[in-house]
Amino acid sequence: MREINTIQPQLQPALKNPKLQLAIYTATGRLVDKRKSVVSADTLPDYQELRTQANALKKHAIDHLDHYLLEFERNVEANGGKVIWCQDGKEVVDFLLGLAKQRRSRILVKSKSMTTEEIHLNEHLEEHGLEAVETDLGEYILQLAHEKPYHIVAPALHMTRYEVADIFEKNLDVEREEVPEKQTQIARGILREKFLEADIGVSGANFLVADSGSVVLVENEGNARLSTTAPKVHVAVAGIEKIIPRAQDLATFLKLLGRSGTGQPLTVYTSVLSGPRRSDEIDGPEEFYVVLLDNGRTKVLRDPDKRQALFCIRCGACLNICPVYRKIGGHNYPWVYSGPIGAILTPQFEGLEKNPWLPHASSLCGACGEVCPVKIEIPRLLLELRSDIEQAKAAKGEDRVEKLGFQAWARVMASPKLYRTAVAAGGWVMQDAGTDGWASQLPFFMNVGPVKGWISERDLPLPAAKSFRDLWKQRSVGTSGGASAGRASKESAGNS
Amino acid sequence: MSREAMLSSIREALGRASDAPVAAAPQIRLTVPDGDHASRIQQFVAALEALNVRAVIAADREEAQQYVASLLPGKTAIASNDPFLAECGITDLPEVESGITDLETLRERTAHCDIGITSASYGLADTGTLAMLASEQEARLVSLLPPVHVALLPRERLLSGLDELFTLVPKPSASSSSLVLITGPSRTADIEQILVRGVHGPGEVHVVLV
Repeated sequence: MREINTIQPQLQPALKNPKLQLAIYTATGRLVDKRKSVVSADTLPDYQELRTQANALKKHAIDHLDHYLLEFERNVEANGGKVIWCQDGKEVVDFLLGLAKQRRSRILVKSKSMTTEEIHLNEHLEEHGLEAVETDLGEYILQLAHEKPYHIVAPALHMTRYEVADIFEKNLDVEREEVPEKQTQIARGILREKFLEADIGVSGANFLVADSGSVVLVENEGNARLSTTAPKVHVAVAGIEKIIPRAQDLATFLKLLGRSGTGQPLTVYTSVLSGPRRSDEIDGPEEFYVVLLDNGRTKVLRDPDKRQALFCIRCGACLNICPVYRKIGGHNYPWVYSGPIGAILTPQFEGLEKNPWLPHASSLCGACGEVCPVKIEIPRLLLELRSDIEQAKAAKGEDRVEKLGFQAWARVMASPKLYRTAVAAGGWVMQDAGTDGWASQLPFFMNVGPVKGWISERDLPLPAAKSFRDLWKQRSVGTSGGASAGRASKESAGNS
Repeated sequence: MSREAMLSSIREALGRASDAPVAAAPQIRLTVPDGDHASRIQQFVAALEALNVRAVIAADREEAQQYVASLLPGKTAIASNDPFLAECGITDLPEVESGITDLETLRERTAHCDIGITSASYGLADTGTLAMLASEQEARLVSLLPPVHVALLPRERLLSGLDELFTLVPKPSASSSSLVLITGPSRTADIEQILVRGVHGPGEVHVVLV
């Protein structure tokens, strides 16, 4: 098998690991099938209308983000909670450290949150002597293994039960256990103690509801419920783009999120949390904070078209269906968000120059756009980003070879005489380039620059012995009158 | 301050002045389907069974009490303070402790008992969901910490689905600090996509429609 040289070298190990390839294919394939079965015309007849509504709601909320964030803040305060505005991860860490110090807490429980992955919250808290425990089973396994999530909704998708057994045996004081049910029970036992011991629970947020000042959390395990119920303080860390206008809009989003993510009409638990425990309630946290995080989002907002990437509700459907994600896996994406959505979020957050290959890591098959529950035009945005990257290169003068090539091309194409000469020369040059009608290499003087990269992965059909122009000329000479005579004879044949 | 800095960079990015008008939000999309109660009950039971929830239709309160009593021998149970449970005679059962209003006692008891018994504010027929609004009658932990959750729902509180729920509860914050929708037993598929029930919440759920 030929090595594909132009693919990023860091992708090669994943591509050559058959066990990993099988694991990704099986897991994502199952999620794709499950999603399909619950959005079909007979199970959810208004699926397309819901997508259109979700898109319109997200667009409206993002276009009026300042307004809705302020409404949200007013209502959180009316519920007895507090909103903390943070421009970056450091401000979040400082806030949590202050809170922990004030409450003399040493241990925090965390429910799954991609936003806190963005700012490496756990590592920063641990540097300051705090224990931040991930409580989602997949995240807990990854935290013990010091790995980052492989998938937005199934973080440990790439691991086998045997690897989990190794991780538990090495890190926890337990007997080796290879059965997932028993492994889950081990984690349940250890984490239950942490829930009851921790003073602060940190969650993410799937939605922030402006008109009721609520944080909405969607999950299957119950760890988000425990993290936000058992400890005395609940802190939700949310990106500013999570806002939706009204609680009634949840009917639209909840119908789409579980179905798109895991193929469930509703996930097991949906919590709509509005402030701390009230005086007539028996349990729930005494204090309730919502951290609104920017961390680059306002930069993304500046582009009125590409800001739609912020509509994302993190369902992961575009990862599961993506032929590239299914080949290279989640850890080969440079930032926390993987798959097609990662390929449009990462360059916008981290800058075009940092990973210019990323928007190119797509076959533009369009599947991601089709499954997106909020109708983000991912394939088109990938093209826009490619164009932005090329324009940035052009502005820096990095594309000189390509520019010269296309200038020459334009000149040849504009002149019939030059074109004829070029075709004849091309045929002559290529005549010995390959066998079986395919050229797998080019003459050395053509094998340069972008052409070299292109041909290293692709075979080129050899030019025909005679060009179309030559054949046409012969035919015209043979039948007097040329093309029009040919048509006339065909018509008369039809009439006879 | 970060608040002002963030708001001003948001406005700058959007090209919006601080006093710029707000366009009308897209119309709220809620449709409550018609349908008779009998088919709604059928739908609810089918959805619950698909989720591996034990669904029971009790003809009256006495039958509901009998069913709950059948689960209890040799077990310890905590019942919430919802008056409907007392009306069904659940709080009279010898294994059941109820009337807890103090947080420390509640935490301690729910962490160690076998079964948590609650009512529910509503049931959602199409997804087999229990909607729980926390209150002085319903604590959050009773349906969360014990390994088994038993819920008794009066049939008039059975709604068609999410749209009807959000029509009746347009703003959850107006009623409670916590609205939780429970759809089946706690589950995970984080290890090799193998379904395991009872991760952090109850692995076994019974719903008695009275």
